[in-house]
Amino acid sequence: MKAPARFWDFNKDISGCGVFGVLHKKRGLIDGDMPIKAMCTMHDRGNGQGGGFAAYGIYPDFKDCYAFHLLCETQEGLDNAEAVIKTYFDIKESQPIPTRRTLAIKNPPIVWRFFLTPKEDRPRWKDASEADYIVSVVMLINKDVKDAFVLSSGKDMGAFKGVGFPEDIADFFRLDEYKGYIWTGHNRFPTNSQAWWGGAHPFTLLDWAIVHNGEISSYGINRRYLAQHDYLCTLHTDTEVVAYLLDMLTRKHKLSLRMASYIFAPPFWDEIDRMPPAQQEAFRALRMVYGPAMLNGPFAILVTNNTTMMGLNDRVKLRPLLVAEKDDMVFMSSEESSIREVQRDLDRIWAPKAGEPVIAEVEA
Amino acid sequence: MLFKPISQSFHDFLVERDKERCINCEVCVRQCPYDVYYWDDARQQVMHDSSKCIGCHRCEALCPTACITVRRNPAEFRPNSLWTGTYIKNLFKQADTGGVLLSGCGCPQDKPIYWDKLQLDASQVTNPSIDPLREPMETRTFLGSKPDMLEFEETPDGPCLKGKLSPQLTLEYPIMFGAMSFGAINFNLHKAMALAATETGIYYNTGEGGLHQTLYKYGKNTIVQVASGRFGVHRDYLNAGAAIEIKVGQGAKPGIGGHLPGEKIDEEVSKTRMVPLGSDAISPAPHHDIYSIEDLLQLIYALKEATEYTKPVSVKIAAVHNAAAIASGIVRAGADIVVIDGFRGGTGAAPTMIRDNVGLPIELCLAAVDRRLRDDGIRNQASLVASGGIRCSADVVKAIALGADAVYIGSAALIAVGCTMCGRCYTGKCPWGIATNEARLKKRQNPDVAAKRLANLVKAWGHEIQEMLGGMGLNSIESLRGNTDKLRGIGLNQIELDTLGVKAAGQ
Amino acid sequence: MKRIYPQKDYCIGCRICELACITAHSKSKDLIIAMREERKQGLASCKEVYERGAACVALSCRHCENPMCVAACISGALIKDPTTGNTLYDADKCVGCWSCLMACPFGAIHRNMQASKIVKCDMCQERGAPACVDACPNKALLFEDRG
Repeated sequence: MKAPARFWDFNKDISGCGVFGVLHKKRGLIDGDMPIKAMCTMHDRGNGQGGGFAAYGIYPDFKDCYAFHLLCETQEGLDNAEAVIKTYFDIKESQPIPTRRTLAIKNPPIVWRFFLTPKEDRPRWKDASEADYIVSVVMLINKDVKDAFVLSSGKDMGAFKGVGFPEDIADFFRLDEYKGYIWTGHNRFPTNSQAWWGGAHPFTLLDWAIVHNGEISSYGINRRYLAQHDYLCTLHTDTEVVAYLLDMLTRKHKLSLRMASYIFAPPFWDEIDRMPPAQQEAFRALRMVYGPAMLNGPFAILVTNNTTMMGLNDRVKLRPLLVAEKDDMVFMSSEESSIREVQRDLDRIWAPKAGEPVIAEVEA
Repeated sequence: MLFKPISQSFHDFLVERDKERCINCEVCVRQCPYDVYYWDDARQQVMHDSSKCIGCHRCEALCPTACITVRRNPAEFRPNSLWTGTYIKNLFKQADTGGVLLSGCGCPQDKPIYWDKLQLDASQVTNPSIDPLREPMETRTFLGSKPDMLEFEETPDGPCLKGKLSPQLTLEYPIMFGAMSFGAINFNLHKAMALAATETGIYYNTGEGGLHQTLYKYGKNTIVQVASGRFGVHRDYLNAGAAIEIKVGQGAKPGIGGHLPGEKIDEEVSKTRMVPLGSDAISPAPHHDIYSIEDLLQLIYALKEATEYTKPVSVKIAAVHNAAAIASGIVRAGADIVVIDGFRGGTGAAPTMIRDNVGLPIELCLAAVDRRLRDDGIRNQASLVASGGIRCSADVVKAIALGADAVYIGSAALIAVGCTMCGRCYTGKCPWGIATNEARLKKRQNPDVAAKRLANLVKAWGHEIQEMLGGMGLNSIESLRGNTDKLRGIGLNQIELDTLGVKAAGQ
Repeated sequence: MKRIYPQKDYCIGCRICELACITAHSKSKDLIIAMREERKQGLASCKEVYERGAACVALSCRHCENPMCVAACISGALIKDPTTGNTLYDADKCVGCWSCLMACPFGAIHRNMQASKIVKCDMCQERGAPACVDACPNKALLFEDRG
C-alpha cells in the first residue's frame, strides 16, 4: 500500500503504565474480581487517563461468532457503524454492553456489542481469507465511520476499556460479573491531556489483545513498515503497531509467536555471532529482513489470544515484568505486589530476562 | 605584471610570511608543487609569488616555524551582487583560453544544506536514553536484496532458515569509502582505503579505474566499479570484490562522463586501467550499452552471471529530478543496491558549470527515493546508499533517518588524510599527494598513516552515531532507518518538509 | 636494538628531520635561534636528505654492527657501546682528523668546521627518542627494533 499523504505528520501518545495478566492452563474460569483487584494494587502506575481489560472465554453462548465491541461518541456513529456491519455480516445478536453508572466515569460514550458471522456472499474482499475480511471491515469502520470505533473483534473474547482508573472502568463495565480463563489488565499514565476511550489499552485485532507498558522509539519506522504491508495506523499510539505487526507476522507470514518475539526483541549481534552456524544464519536473516519491525525502546508487553499469553521485555529490560505460577495459573505483571495480592502463595516467581519471551499456553 | 596575462594578476590568495620567524629553510619551496616559493639567489633568501597560490595550505601546514599564513586576497572588485569576483575572474580565464572551466571537489556554492536544517530527537523521562558505553549499541548494516518474508523451521537447537538469502554486504558501520578511481587518486590512497575498510569492517569502492593487482587481497572489503569507460574491467576484477557497482552517474557531474588527463596516467595506472601510458582516459557520458532501463537490466544480469550470483550488484545514479522513478526502475531491473549521489558530491574534475548547476541536494532526493521504493513495495528488494556531501556523523544519522541504509563518504575521507578542498585535483599536482600520480607528490601519502587516519575517522563517527542513537532511545541502527519521526525541520518551508517527510520543529 | 630506519618510498624530501636534528642538538633548543645564530657557530645536522630525481631518503649514522669509523678513529673518540650497540662519540677526544669521515661507507658523518669536530647521530640520548623520527610529517622514519 502507498503510504498515506503526509504519513509523517502524526502525534503519538506517550505513556507509562502497569500491566497484569493471568491465564488458566485448563481453561478454568477466573472471576473478574481477580484482575480488578490486581490492577487496584497498581493504582499509582496510572493517572486516571486510561484503564482497560481483555477477557477470554466470556461469551460461551456465542463461541463461534465474532464479538464486535463498539465504542460510539454519538448515536449516529453507532447507526452508521451498524449499517456497515450489516453490509458485511449477519448479525446474530445486537445489544448494549451492560454498564453501571459510576461517579468516576463522566459522560461515557455508547458501548455496544454485536455477535456476527461473515456474510456468505461477501460484498467486497471476496477472495480474502476470513481473517483478512474481518480486519478489513474493522479498519473500514475505524477509518471511515465518524464517532465509531471497534474496541475488539475476536471470538469468545472482548476488550473493555476507557478513560479512568482500571477499577473505575471495571466498575462501569460490570466486569465483576464476567468469568474468563485469560484476563489482562492495563493502567495507563499518558503524558498528554487529551484522553480518548479508544486510546486506552488493551489493543485488539481479531483474537489478539495487547497490553503494553512502554514507549516504542522505533514507532516512526514501524508505522511506515506497516503501511508498506497494508496496515494503516490511525490511533496515534505505539501499542497499535504491536498489534498490527503481530497480526502480520503470525497470520500473514505464518511465523510462530516465538519467532515474532525474536523479531520484536532480537538477540544482539554479539550473541548471534556466538551461535551455531545454522542459528547464526537464521537470526542474521531475521534481523536483516524484519529490522523495520523491531520494537526499539523500553517495553514490557503482554500479548494474548484464545490459547496463549506471552510476556516480553525489550532487549535491555527497561520496563519491569514478572512471571509467576500457581497450580494451573500463570501470572504476569509489572509488580510482584499485584500478583501476591490475588495469590499469596506462589509455586514460582521470576523476572524473565531481557528480550526473552515467556509463553504460557492453555492445554489442548 | 610582467610576462603574464591580466587574469593572473587577480589572484585568489595572498601568502604572508613573518620575516621574524622565517629561517629560510626552504621547506615551503620543496612542498609547493605550484612554484609559489623559490630560492632567490640574488637576495639569498626564500621569496614567494602569491599569484601562483591555489590556497591548498600545504606550506602553512609544513612550515616548521609557522611563519606562513595563506589568506584570501583582500583585493576586491567594486561590489556587485551579480558580477561577483568569481564570475569576473572566470570570464577573464575563458577569454584567455577559450576553454571549459574545470573544477575539482564538490559544489562550493551557497545553496541550501538541508542537513543543517534538520534536528535530531533525544529521550527525556518517558523513555530512558541508552549509554553506549554501558549497553550494546548496534550499527551493523547489511546491503543487498532482502525478501519480504522468511520461513523458519523451529528445532530444539533454535530456528533454522528455510531457503537462502541473496548475497549481502556486511558493514560494521553504515559508512563506506566512495568511488574514487585509481588514477584520480593514487595507489597509496587506494591501499589506505583497503586497509582501513578491512580494519573497520566496512567497504571501499574502486571507482572506475580498475583494481591494482596487489590490492586483490583486500577484495573482501572492496566494491568494484564498472563505469561507462569500462576501464580495468575484466573477469578477475569483477570476481575480486565483494560487490559490483555500475556507475551510471555521479553527483558532481550528472549527465557527463569522466576525463582522466594523460598526465595522471603513469605506468601502474595504465596497466590497471588497460589504457595506453600518458593518454587521456575518457569515459563516455552514457554507457553505450545502456540507452534504456531494459539495457541496464541486461548489464546487471550479465555481471551477476559473470560472478555466478555470488555478489550483490549496485547501481549508482546522480540525484536528478526524476531520481525516485529511476531508482524504482533500477530496483525492478534487478539491482541489489541503489546509490544516490547528491550534487554536493566530490569529483577529480568536472566542468564548473555542470558541477554547480546540475543535480539535486541528496537530502531531498534520498527522502523521495526511499518513499517511492516503500510506496512501490520494493524497499526490501534493494538497499539504499546516499552520498554527496556527508560531512560528519550527524549527517550520517540524518541520512539514515531519511531512509538510507548506509552512506558513501569521499570528500570527508580525503579531508581526513589532508585534503583542504582547494579544488585543483584535475591538475594532477595535488600538494597533499592525494589526487596525483607524480612520483614526487604521491609519496606524501604514506598508506600506513593514511589508513590509520581513515580508520580513526570511521571509528570516531561510529562512536558519535552510537551516542546519538542512544540519546534517541534506540540501540540498533535499523530502528532509525526511515524513521523520519526522529527528525524535525527548522527554517524549512512546507514543500521542503513534505518532500523530506519531516515535521517542523515544535510540531 | 632500536634503530632509525628511513622509508625511502615515503620520504617526501621536506628536510624537516634535518631541522629537528639541529634543534635537538642546539644549545637554545629553539629552531629559529639554532638556524640563525648557532648554525653560524658550526651547529650542523647529523642527518642529511639525499635526493635523486623523485627519490629521496634521509640518512644518518646507522650504528653499524662492525663500524668502520670506530676502527678508523685514531683518538678513541668513537667507540661501540657493548650494551646498547650504539656507536658513541666523545667530542672531547675528537681531534678532527676526519679519518672516520673517509671510512664511513654511508656518508653519515658530517663536520663542524668551526670546532674541527665531527657531527654524528647520537640517537638523541638526551631526548629519549630521536627528534627526526618525531618530527617526520609522513612517518618516513621509523624507530624500531628489527633484531
